[in-house]
Amino acid sequence: MTPHSPRGGSGMTIIVKSTTRIVTAFIMLFGTTIVLYGHVTPGGGFAGGVIIAAAFALIVLAFGKTLAGRFVTGTTASVWDSAAATAFLFVGVLGYLGGCFFWNFLRPPQSGRFTLFKLYSAGSILLSNTAIGMKVGMGLLGVFLALSVFRPRREEGEGHE
Amino acid sequence: MTNILPLVVALPLGAGFLSPLLGKSRRGESMAALLALGIGFANLAISVALFTTTEPLVYWIGFWNAPVGISMAVDGLTRLLLLTTSLVALAALVFSIAYMRRFTATGLYYSLLMLMVAGMNGVIVTGDLFNLYVFLEVASISSYGLVAFGTEHEELEASFKYLILGSIGSLFILLGIGILYNLTGQLNMALVADSLAGRGANRAMTLAAAFFLMGFGLKAALVPFHAWLPDAHPSAPAPISAMLSGVLIKASGVYALARIVFNVMGPSAAHADVLTALGALSMVVGVFLAVGQWDFKRLLGYHSISQMGYIVLAIGVAAQVMSPRGSGDEALAGLLLFGGLFHLFNHAAFKSLLFLSSGSLEQQAGTRMLKELGGMRRRMPVTAFCCRIGALSIAGVPPFNGFFSKLVIVVALALAGKWLLAALAVFVAMMTLVSFLKVQRTVLEGETPERLAGVREAPYPMQSGMLILATVCLLGGPLVVWLRGWLLDPAAASLLTRAAGYAALFSPRGGP
Repeated sequence: MTPHSPRGGSGMTIIVKSTTRIVTAFIMLFGTTIVLYGHVTPGGGFAGGVIIAAAFALIVLAFGKTLAGRFVTGTTASVWDSAAATAFLFVGVLGYLGGCFFWNFLRPPQSGRFTLFKLYSAGSILLSNTAIGMKVGMGLLGVFLALSVFRPRREEGEGHE
Repeated sequence: MTNILPLVVALPLGAGFLSPLLGKSRRGESMAALLALGIGFANLAISVALFTTTEPLVYWIGFWNAPVGISMAVDGLTRLLLLTTSLVALAALVFSIAYMRRFTATGLYYSLLMLMVAGMNGVIVTGDLFNLYVFLEVASISSYGLVAFGTEHEELEASFKYLILGSIGSLFILLGIGILYNLTGQLNMALVADSLAGRGANRAMTLAAAFFLMGFGLKAALVPFHAWLPDAHPSAPAPISAMLSGVLIKASGVYALARIVFNVMGPSAAHADVLTALGALSMVVGVFLAVGQWDFKRLLGYHSISQMGYIVLAIGVAAQVMSPRGSGDEALAGLLLFGGLFHLFNHAAFKSLLFLSSGSLEQQAGTRMLKELGGMRRRMPVTAFCCRIGALSIAGVPPFNGFFSKLVIVVALALAGKWLLAALAVFVAMMTLVSFLKVQRTVLEGETPERLAGVREAPYPMQSGMLILATVCLLGGPLVVWLRGWLLDPAAASLLTRAAGYAALFSPRGGP
């Protein structure tokens, strides 16, 4: 990563930036699909969340963290992370109010077989997966942003800034 | 009654997730503290409510039964550990109100603390091996963060050391669980126990046992694996030191180890011998390392190793008695376990009390070096009173609680024919007394250094936190007979339930 590209802005070259502009939406869409279809196809909240976090990480790498910082900061990531975790627990607590902790209140197990490959067929698992996807995505992004705070230390008097 | 069981995990978990959402303003942080305090009280209420019945309770999450479902199981041992954890957690939370004022980002502090409580409660109530690992990691990872909370050089270094060694321990535990899963095809503890019971000893089980000893031994800071504790426990803020030394090493180390050794795998002779040896070694080495210490919190950390040695020694000899090679005398094993578990309860009370009073001294006097303190008896009467009770309890002076548990352990060791170990236990108790006489003399008695002439008593919340635990230490001694019948014998009995009996207690049942 070059800290100063020829155009004077931060981030990588224009090739990387243009590619990132095109693919990021698709990566996020793919991650979302993995999250939403987690209960009927391979994948799930964790896998999809990692992909979504990777899309954000790509933006930070390509455009530099100054620009990315305008959209998402460590605090935003942390707030969404906590909110998603609370939402996941809330799904469990709703089940608890319905009779049993993490009970599938939308579609009880005894109400018949699940339909394969059908999105709305597993009740509250979809909600749980969504919450986990958001939690993992924002959590990993938070870790990534926290690590990107560090920068190599310059020797005294050498810097050209 | 079964229905309140998930709340011991759900409530602290919810508070842990909500605290960062309350924001970093002064008001948000006070609300986080209030929320945590409320959960602390609720937790204690739930763990007391679980005593209304002596039956074993099982809760199947989401109405899913075994072998697929995850269960939460409560028996005597679980009740004892839950009560201990919530008592210490409450005292630490009350203490934190005033103590944490000098730190920033206390919202995150309460969040991590609540996650640690959720993890510990989860480890204690779960009836599923993999779930045990998950909760163990929840508790451990939040404790890594809490140790580094001061973010100074010393704290970060201690936290890093703790993180590396703790992860190695967790890895070994996971490998052990993997071996058992491969062997039995089950993760439910009762079903694993059932499946292992008919099998007899084999090499895979020996390997799993070795991994568990290594992993949980690391979590419990038994002697060859103790290097992280004297760095990690003193570096954390005082209420966290109290939680780590008071309950975390017990819930994630001794409790899990005892549960797996006794109920899941059944005590084998080799297992029991290693446990006894590690216990005796920790007891002796810990106290020798402590005697020469001049840093108050570090000294307490070394004493934790030594006192954990007592607990593990009693449990190890009980396992020897119950192993196929032993006499199988349930009354003797019960007495040993009674001693060990009573010491576990007592150690949680007095060690947390000592850590809280060290925090109070450190905050008011600005140092925790014994040589720089002095005459605090007159400056800080309440802290000094509590510190003295804690010191007398840990040193095993009658009529405080520590005396009775050490007495029971020594008598039971003698009854089991382990004269050498009994003598060693007495010797270590005397060394502990010497070490704490030094603390008393240098900190509480003597001349007040000029620099400390203006020191005042700690604020009320800190005093109340200490007084809660001091009351437990004071009452624990005289009430020993009552505590035994109500709290400790059921706990010992649940460990003595043989593997097949444990499976029968928690046999898959329930459902919608």
